[in-house]
Amino acid sequence: MNMLTEGRPTKQDENLAVPDQSALKTHTGNRALMVDEPLIFETGSPDRSGVDLPEAPFVESRLGGLDRDEPISIPGLSEAEMVRHYTRLSRQNYAIDVGLFPLGSCTMKHNPRLNEKMARLKGFSDIHPLQPVDSVQGALGLIDELATWLKTLTGMPAVAMSPKAGAHGELCGILAIRSALEARGDAREVILVPESAHGTNPATAAFAGYKVEDIPANADGRVDLDALKARLGPDVAGVMITNPNTCGLFEPDMKAISDAVHNAGGLVYCDGANFNAIVGRVRPGDLGIDAMHINLHKTFSTPHGGGGPGSGPVVFSDALAPFAPLPFVEKTEAGHFNLVEEETAEDHHGDSFGRMVAFHGQMGMFTRALTYMLSHGADGLKQVSEDAVLNANYVLRSLEDVLDAPFSKSGPCMHEALFSDNRFTNGLTTLDLAKGLIDEGYHPMTMYFPLVVHGAMLVEPTETESKAAIDQFIGAMRSVAERANAGDEMLKSAPHFAPRRRLDETLAARKPILVWQEPEEYAEAAE
Amino acid sequence: MRYLPLTPNDRQDMLATIGASSIDELFVDVQEDARLDGPIRDLPMHAGEMAVEAHMKKLAKNNSAAGDMPFFLGAGAYRHHVPASVDHIIQRGEFLTAYTPYQPEIAQGTLQTLFEFQTQVARLFGVDVANASMYDGSTACWEAIVMARRITKRGKAVLSSGLHPHYVSVAKTMARFTKDQLVSEAPTLEAATDGADLLDQIDDDTSCVVVQYPDILGRIGDMSALVEKAHSHKALLIAVVTEPVALGAIKSPGQMDADIVVGEGQSLGVGLQFGGPYVGLFGCKQKYVRQMPGRLCGETVDSEGKRGFVLTLSTREQHIRREKATSNICTNSGLCALAFTAHMTLLGEKGLRELAMLNHKKAVAAADRLVSIQGVSLLNESFFNEFTLVLDKDTRPIVRKLADQKILAGVSLGRLYPEEGALAHGLIVAVTETTSDEDVEALATALEGELA
Repeated sequence: MNMLTEGRPTKQDENLAVPDQSALKTHTGNRALMVDEPLIFETGSPDRSGVDLPEAPFVESRLGGLDRDEPISIPGLSEAEMVRHYTRLSRQNYAIDVGLFPLGSCTMKHNPRLNEKMARLKGFSDIHPLQPVDSVQGALGLIDELATWLKTLTGMPAVAMSPKAGAHGELCGILAIRSALEARGDAREVILVPESAHGTNPATAAFAGYKVEDIPANADGRVDLDALKARLGPDVAGVMITNPNTCGLFEPDMKAISDAVHNAGGLVYCDGANFNAIVGRVRPGDLGIDAMHINLHKTFSTPHGGGGPGSGPVVFSDALAPFAPLPFVEKTEAGHFNLVEEETAEDHHGDSFGRMVAFHGQMGMFTRALTYMLSHGADGLKQVSEDAVLNANYVLRSLEDVLDAPFSKSGPCMHEALFSDNRFTNGLTTLDLAKGLIDEGYHPMTMYFPLVVHGAMLVEPTETESKAAIDQFIGAMRSVAERANAGDEMLKSAPHFAPRRRLDETLAARKPILVWQEPEEYAEAAE
Repeated sequence: MRYLPLTPNDRQDMLATIGASSIDELFVDVQEDARLDGPIRDLPMHAGEMAVEAHMKKLAKNNSAAGDMPFFLGAGAYRHHVPASVDHIIQRGEFLTAYTPYQPEIAQGTLQTLFEFQTQVARLFGVDVANASMYDGSTACWEAIVMARRITKRGKAVLSSGLHPHYVSVAKTMARFTKDQLVSEAPTLEAATDGADLLDQIDDDTSCVVVQYPDILGRIGDMSALVEKAHSHKALLIAVVTEPVALGAIKSPGQMDADIVVGEGQSLGVGLQFGGPYVGLFGCKQKYVRQMPGRLCGETVDSEGKRGFVLTLSTREQHIRREKATSNICTNSGLCALAFTAHMTLLGEKGLRELAMLNHKKAVAAADRLVSIQGVSLLNESFFNEFTLVLDKDTRPIVRKLADQKILAGVSLGRLYPEEGALAHGLIVAVTETTSDEDVEALATALEGELA
């Protein structure tokens, strides 16, 4: 699709001299809407405040003689300055609201604003986690309702709601697996993880005390079932598999994999980061999975917020359900909601492996996710996965002539399309293409992941993009890919038009400056 | 379907480009018996905004919102006023719908706010550096214990009895799997913190001493002697701050030479939200920075020499180091960190100190009023905005009963320590700038009724 960018024809002043823009320097260094913003430590003052408070009562303080007697040195801004500071900074960010966000395995879909409105209802936002349960029946009911949706969508009998994010959910699942194995006196020591897995998988298994070994892949980009079977044995506690996998493919042998692991006495963890490809269409419970976390901030549209908060509920099979963490919500026959905590757990949930977080999990994300689910319904969610998969296949087939797609012969992809840097020349890399894409007005795709593909580029358009938006993106990708294939030097110094040029990450790591320092300290640190 | 732009024609055109005759063909890799023939049963079909809103409002109405009644709960989550501008800023789409800033050229907004956040947290805690946030205080606390193990290569952590019981519970859950040894006890109803008792627990096997400040009962204890003893055994002192506003009034843990300071940042900008999402704060001494968990934002320059910010020291993290990472944490609490930092920027040192003293003095006045009731005594000699009352009856049934009367009286120690009969008469009462004199009077009157 071509955009009309010419504008309405007007009569041009033929005598107007058009200067060379690169030679233009402004007094401020700013360029119109592209404005640099100083740090609050450079503009604010510890004596200034944007908050007016009432007088404190006249009473003696009782701080135990530990009054803060040193300066805190945190500057303040008036409200006017504060709003401008953050507004200006916000304009240096790319975001879903600004454009298509093709970040593979991250599912950057539109974040509906109804979700935000609902999360701010005072009955959800202004309640304390330790209020008596009778005073929070609506909140507990909401958790129970969301739990029902998650169990139904996955075909799994139980769900732990408290994990704070995907990696925390992984930990929850692995701890349940370990608890179940220990309960039958068969602790085991190895977790198998494919090389193509998210880094959180091996990190989680190690954090829980397991040794991590690779699961071999076949040439199609999938788990090598025979090799996996050969490795299974009495020392293997379980496997962590991402399905659809990070090469963007569904594991057609998933049920066979689960059966093999179960026959060898192990358990199956599924990384649910890619659930968006199958939500409403395939139930992981039908594939023999024992535990899977669900990223509410991916599949169920709660905002990523520049790096969180996430929310990672974990669904469990019957084998693992008894070991689910505390606390959880329980509905009585009379329709009352109870909170099962340490106190009550012993009566009827004695196998729980314990508590993972102080309170009940990410309530603010639960409200948003449930709002999203109710909006879509069972029919809408099915359409979600279908459109997500359709869009990704459309991208794959529209780019495979200009970019190497290592698994394009393996059949349709799921909700993300994977490419490599194999056709680039002149030393150009995936990083160069990504930075070139920034100049075209896009956030780059996921780069160098999965590790099994050279210079991997993982593109996930999501279902909330129109065909026109995807066509535009494909046009930009084709152009940048052709430049990379042709060895265009200009890509090596891209981005040229972003708020910053390429940043020196080596310098940042070699001499870390992690907090603001007064200029004189700064000079010392730089020496 | 209001969030889905593709039209039936679009779908047909796209299938034609792909060379597939139907959507089903794209799901060919799913084994046949796992393919569903239609929308999943037992779930409702799609609904418009009005219907969804009505449903959600019904659930919301079935809760007692703190702002609608006298409210005195604390114990790790505090009700503070969040300025309107803070909620506005975090709803800016460029912050709300951004990703983790892995592409720094187009994420300077998020990165600069993280750099400012880290600096604010470090200064508040009195330590050299802070990270870009953790999930919450309880998980930050456990990560600090693991970090101390990495640094000292020892596995015994001594936990103060004043540490929030849910934080202890999280640590116990994790330690069972990691084989760390935890020393911990329930608190006793005494005016002094357990600092003196803890001194005896520290030995050459100790990796760290974990002390909450102010502690779960609201008491403020000087940690200097503990720090000294810990350091004499080459162990670390981890301070846990569940109410960061307190540090506008009392000495920072860093000033007492704490090595790692973690906390719950919910008090500033985030709100109660039934326990999450919150924001874990994590700071430490410079020399331990490479052992820290979580993301760090650092200053650098771009190819034209302009100052800019990037995520750095990521060789500690899971996406690079995989099973050898310092933590498995990936997504953290970015937007809550933004809320925290925006609120802190609005306060500044002046506002923070005023807010802290307002909280403290209101709490002192409330404590004075409440101890005037027959059958109520005050445990604390020192406290910030939260103190423990000892009643001459079990407090848990009273808290439940008052909640039915629309007074949220505080957190009973019976709820937090159901196994500890000796604590059953304790009630933790928190007072913030949002608490009015009328609220205090309502609580006092209700307690008088219950204790008469």
